[in-house]
Amino acid sequence: MTRPTDPPLALLAELTHRCPLRCPYCSNPVALERAAGELREEEWRRVLGEAAALGVLQVHFSGGEPMARRDLLALIASASDHGLYSNLITSGALGGEREISAFAAAGLKHVQLSFQDFAPANSDRIAGLAGAHARKTSFAAAVRAAGLPLTVNMVVHRQNLGGVPEMIDMALALGARRLEIAHVQYYAWALTNRAALLPNRQQLDEATRVVAAARDRLKGVLAIDYVVPDYHGVRPKSCMNGWGRQFLNVTPSGKAVPCHAAESLPGIVFPSVRDGNLADIWYRSDAFNRFRGTDWMAEPCRSCDRREIDWGGCRCQAFLLAGDAGRADPVCALSPDHGVVEAALRQAESALPAFVYRHFS
Amino acid sequence: MAPSTDRLVVSAASILRLAPHIVFRFDEVRQRWTMLAPERLLLPDEQAVEILQLVDGKTSAGAIIDALAGRYTQAPRELIARDVTAMLQDLADKGCLTSDSSD
Repeated sequence: MTRPTDPPLALLAELTHRCPLRCPYCSNPVALERAAGELREEEWRRVLGEAAALGVLQVHFSGGEPMARRDLLALIASASDHGLYSNLITSGALGGEREISAFAAAGLKHVQLSFQDFAPANSDRIAGLAGAHARKTSFAAAVRAAGLPLTVNMVVHRQNLGGVPEMIDMALALGARRLEIAHVQYYAWALTNRAALLPNRQQLDEATRVVAAARDRLKGVLAIDYVVPDYHGVRPKSCMNGWGRQFLNVTPSGKAVPCHAAESLPGIVFPSVRDGNLADIWYRSDAFNRFRGTDWMAEPCRSCDRREIDWGGCRCQAFLLAGDAGRADPVCALSPDHGVVEAALRQAESALPAFVYRHFS
Repeated sequence: MAPSTDRLVVSAASILRLAPHIVFRFDEVRQRWTMLAPERLLLPDEQAVEILQLVDGKTSAGAIIDALAGRYTQAPRELIARDVTAMLQDLADKGCLTSDSSD
């Protein structure tokens, strides 16, 4: 059963948890890391070098808001020096033309810019920051003026899903070539706010229909990536394409994790890049080997013919919803714990609770 | 920069090149060619690598097909033409190729 481990394809570099936005579905952990605990510039430079040597091809600079780091330009340049293809994942709420043109000159290849809605008022309300939408709109223009390709990322949920047609128009007007319409995934802050975010089946089906029609109409003009909410599915998502198979995430304080939610798992010591080389961490650490491949699986995954397609779904979701990271992902209809997902879906039909906005505790 | 609203349709006359921000390079760690695109990563097979090496902003799609037909004389040219055009159209639809002329 055991096969040799391939090198990772991509590194998610979570430079900071600082962010001017307070989105209630933020994927950062509920216990946010403060600036004092963040890796220093020279530590990130070493991580980028080790990542390239290990076989990482793409680096995604993310956060929090990565532009809150004053050394972002230097880190983009360092990534380029190491031959890494770099992507900036940003809220667009800090900085503008001057920064973006410097990033482009330093070798940045692409920008993914998030929006909270197409309508400015609802967008600002969800982001928890007045004027955020207007800043993002001018940021998009700065990205295009610098000649960089733009992906618009729209996180969708119960409180904005009806606007998908207008979101598509907005992405076209902003000059994006890609639009990511991503349903909220229920971890961290989003799990706290699940009842305020999870759409019902009817809302979901309507949005899915609109996306399918737009994909046909806009073929070759605007690529639309659509991430469906797994709670409404029958089989789980292939989370990260399998634990420790392709992706590696380094948190602001330097913990290496197989995905951005894995820090929530108890009983696993995630190694720090401060203590060891990335290659050792990837190939030899207990944390990265814990759920690699299929040997760890119990039933119903173990004998499932999809075990090497969805890799048992998401380990974090298994822990969060079933209390054990080694069980099948409860969103799978074959999971003995599937009832908890059905109960959550019933909440999607109930009264709308208020948001708990992201904050430092 | 104005948003592009037209689909690039590949024909024999199309002269294609890699779009800016597409990186086609040999990866020493994996010992294979890779194509890096915004939030996309392709590991082209041997045939695709051969085609991509001919996408240079000077050679037309028709000339690429001719070159490959010259190398693979046992395969009918129409079959090669169909496969090459389909692959180039797919890459164009993914935003990986551009053309200077609009044909």
